[in-house]
Amino acid sequence: MSQENKRELKIIGFLCNWCSYGGADTAGVSRFKQPTDLRIVRVPCSGRVDPLFVVKALIGGADGVLVSGCHPRDCHYSDGNFYARRRLEMLKRLLPFLGIDPRRFRYTWVSASEGQRWQRVVTEFTKLIHELGPLHGEKEKAFE
Amino acid sequence: MNWDHYMEKRRKPLSEKGLREKISQILKEVDVVISWKMGFDPIHATPHFIRDEKEIEESVFNVFCVHNLTTYLPFMKEKVGIVVKGCDSRTLVQFIQEGLITRENLKIIGIPCSGVVDVKKIMEEIGESPVLQAEILDNSSLKIRTLDGEKFFQIDSVLAQKCKTCRYPTPLIYDHLIGEPIKSQIGWDKAYEDVTEFDKKTLEEKLSFWKKEFEKCIRCYACRNACPLCVCQDRCIAESRDPHFVSQKLELPEKFMFHFIHAIHLAGRCVECGECERACPMGIPVKMMKKKINYEMKQLFDYETGINVDDKPPMYTFKVEEEKIKEHEL
Repeated sequence: MSQENKRELKIIGFLCNWCSYGGADTAGVSRFKQPTDLRIVRVPCSGRVDPLFVVKALIGGADGVLVSGCHPRDCHYSDGNFYARRRLEMLKRLLPFLGIDPRRFRYTWVSASEGQRWQRVVTEFTKLIHELGPLHGEKEKAFE
Repeated sequence: MNWDHYMEKRRKPLSEKGLREKISQILKEVDVVISWKMGFDPIHATPHFIRDEKEIEESVFNVFCVHNLTTYLPFMKEKVGIVVKGCDSRTLVQFIQEGLITRENLKIIGIPCSGVVDVKKIMEEIGESPVLQAEILDNSSLKIRTLDGEKFFQIDSVLAQKCKTCRYPTPLIYDHLIGEPIKSQIGWDKAYEDVTEFDKKTLEEKLSFWKKEFEKCIRCYACRNACPLCVCQDRCIAESRDPHFVSQKLELPEKFMFHFIHAIHLAGRCVECGECERACPMGIPVKMMKKKINYEMKQLFDYETGINVDDKPPMYTFKVEEEKIKEHEL
């Protein structure tokens, strides 16, 4: 939409069913304008997101990965996002050691009512990934 | 770097007689004792499962006893006696933390260790020639006699990499200790110097370093098989088709993925025994990634693996208010 002059990049979003997916839905229903680079995978809880999902996405061709769950203390399963926070923070600190820009991976919290916040998160993350440029080349991928 | 404190202690040779006496004593209480014996040649030791009094004589302890014997424990049903070095004992602590073994079924003989050698370094020097005899002189040098003649090595120059930054030479958990405890002078910062130094490089440099290293990987999974904390066995997701994390292709993305799997599954669990690196036939520094995660675990949760049996691994628990994790706001 807004990135007409640029190649569309691949950003994978893992959204928890109860908050962030609802938040994205709220943003859609409210007709907030959003970039189209994001592809959403719905997961039951941010605690379901294995750090390896993120790694697999980045190695497999994604230019950025966004994980979003309920705000801490608001998890539908009471503590899933607390575990997720530890795991994802570990991953965020491991990525630069392997030479992957940690800015390509972000985890955040968006509730079902925060349509506006969701729009801001997606827009700014997509903008950042466009600034960083594609991780993978048109023909050759970054890890080949 | 200065290894004086190691040198000092190595002058006191360990009495193998004392070790054998202890083994014979605990063999009465357990079904099997795991120790080391000489392998196919004098510079290779091999794990030794003692079930009978007669086998005790063969057990040894010297600079060639590189294996972490605890790797067998999670799958053994019987009562076991085990001989451990300082680094190996941390694996035991980690096993107990995770409930993989029962302390009551275990008798531990601890040996304060002043370092083991990197056999690969010696093999590089002596080549293919068969080894006839290995002798430790003054506890600081090695005399190795092969078919082609004799070669001398300073033990410090062929010491295993992990021993140079060893912080726990004396076992942290044991029933019987053989010999005098050894204290390490190496601080935490020093032990992780390689990680912090490497981290200073640019992203491009780091990526090309790992590409070069993982290019060598043949995905033999020796690092995983040697790892005492890789306990999934046949359910390893690196070999599963459902979920299908890694394909059969022998290309770089698969190799990256496999090493990520190994490192992330050991997050907050790796005790840095160095078995992965020792087992690697291609000489890939596979331990580095795990060390980096351990470094971050210390920064984030002030947690060090395999130190205290009452600790909980950081990824198995959480705090409602994390002091060190900051929100990543846009």
